[in-house]
Amino acid sequence: MGPGNNKTSTVVRHTLTHIFIIALGLVMIYPIAWMIVSSFKPNNLIFSDPGLIPKAVTFENYITGWKGYAGTSFGRFFANSLVMCAVAIVGNLISCSMAAYAFARLRFVGRSFWFAVMMTTLMLPGHITLVPRYILFNTFDWVGSYRPILVPKFLATDAFFVFLLVQFMRSLPKELEEAAIIDGCGKVGVFLRIILPLAFPALVTTALFTFLWTWDDFFNHLLYLTRPETFTVSRALRTFVGDAGAVSNWGGALAMSTLSIIPAFVLFFSLQRYFVQGITTTGLKG
Amino acid sequence: MSNATRFFRRNAVAYMFLTPWLIGFFVLTLYPMFYSLRLSFTDYDFTKPDATQWIGLGNYQKMFGSLFGQSEFVASTGKAMRVDRYYIKSLSVTFTYVFVSVPLKLIFALAIAILMNQRLRGVSFYRAVYYVPTLLGGSVAIAVLWRKLFEKEGLVNEFLGALGFTNLPGWITDPRYSLWTLILLSVWQFGSSMIIFLAGLKQIPQEYYEAASVDGAGKVRQFFAITIPLLSPVILFNLVMQMIGAFQSFTQAYIIGGGRGGVLNSTLFYTLHMYIQGWTYHQMGYASAMAWVLLIIIGLLTAVIFLSSKWWVSYGTGE
Repeated sequence: MGPGNNKTSTVVRHTLTHIFIIALGLVMIYPIAWMIVSSFKPNNLIFSDPGLIPKAVTFENYITGWKGYAGTSFGRFFANSLVMCAVAIVGNLISCSMAAYAFARLRFVGRSFWFAVMMTTLMLPGHITLVPRYILFNTFDWVGSYRPILVPKFLATDAFFVFLLVQFMRSLPKELEEAAIIDGCGKVGVFLRIILPLAFPALVTTALFTFLWTWDDFFNHLLYLTRPETFTVSRALRTFVGDAGAVSNWGGALAMSTLSIIPAFVLFFSLQRYFVQGITTTGLKG
Repeated sequence: MSNATRFFRRNAVAYMFLTPWLIGFFVLTLYPMFYSLRLSFTDYDFTKPDATQWIGLGNYQKMFGSLFGQSEFVASTGKAMRVDRYYIKSLSVTFTYVFVSVPLKLIFALAIAILMNQRLRGVSFYRAVYYVPTLLGGSVAIAVLWRKLFEKEGLVNEFLGALGFTNLPGWITDPRYSLWTLILLSVWQFGSSMIIFLAGLKQIPQEYYEAASVDGAGKVRQFFAITIPLLSPVILFNLVMQMIGAFQSFTQAYIIGGGRGGVLNSTLFYTLHMYIQGWTYHQMGYASAMAWVLLIIIGLLTAVIFLSSKWWVSYGTGE
């Protein structure tokens, strides 16, 4: 980067970079854009029309798709997913912030040992506990309910969030905490009145990723949800794809798929900085 | 308050905060791990748990027996067992998927991150757009869409047809290509790695590049002498996390294969095979053994990556 012709060459280089990034971005986004547009096309045109501007617009797909599966409409599936996500968020916020507070701010016997254990579970593939958990939940008679999916959230099993919150809480200044203790605040008071409010950004990140991962999770929903009335959106979308992989109602499938990505879209574009924070704090300091 | 009481109280409060996590760890992680290890030496069938027999290494022989040309064998307890003909296939499908998709994904992520690391206007917008596939890619919705895009009369073939290609295959239904559609789907989701690389690149002091270019080092030289070494801890992190994640992929293969391993089991991912054995055929003893082998494979590969990092990851430069 020598001086002199520096400026023009930078402008040219930046312009070319912009063009390249935009072009590649369009290619990457095209499938999703096509899905959204196609969900408004009549069923017979979905197959023949690769363009983004529909030749005819219809809401037919939304009406047929919304009817759902086995007499249960997508309204119910969306409600199920939302309730499940809300409870999962509450569970993770409570249990993970409690564990993180202990690891980040309290001194106790065995802290480094338990912290190492927690970090190990972070890398542990979930499949190793799958079968025993299923058998365990089956003996509790929980299979078919939301409990196998939600109870673990209240037991801080998502070590990722414990780690995220530990990283954040460690970076908070000690002074406020000390002042509160001098004022007669106990550890519980410090946690509730000082640490939690200060950790707000990390708690938002936790809530956000809990929502997305619970909303998008399919495996656990496939294992544990057995009756159509309890199906979530992701579990219900699978019913469009038959066992041989054939799809009976493409229009309806694309329409309901489009609806199912709206929450993630809205959250992402309104809370973008919390996303970046969540991805980078755990990624870089790890 | 005596010192002993204070010590006791301090620990009691801390362990109170830790209680939910401790219960979760013991009941939902540690105990299940031992339980699944024990199950892996039995022929536990979910529908008839009372008939469970100890079969020693039978499940492991069932997995790898075909490598030694076996089709049937007698377990240590005298029980006749059949070798799993599809296990090695699922292993090779998964290895191909992991070893192709992870490096490609990281290369893409790094290339785009470097491109965006110039002081461009609108970078945060671009970053958001490039993250969208990652945001949505794991969902059933996108898997359904992928089926549609890559089928014989799908969008991809419409485009290729318009470009003059003929005799196009059904990418999903042709066993030669179906795994590649899943690899492409994975590479498409390079967003998280890209964001992590971008944050890592921002921490490399600009002066290093300026000093290097004063010394006459070109862009390529700067990339290999500055960017790669200083970014190597981040590369290591991305590599390990993406590898662990890739081995566990399930949803996309399940949806695209219609709940099975696709045509000729060409997309029979390890976890999908494990699910079919454990939940479709109720062979949960066998599924547990499969899970342990997966854990060992992931553990070994992680160890190899960490050990090799001595040679290619540099710490402690700069700050």
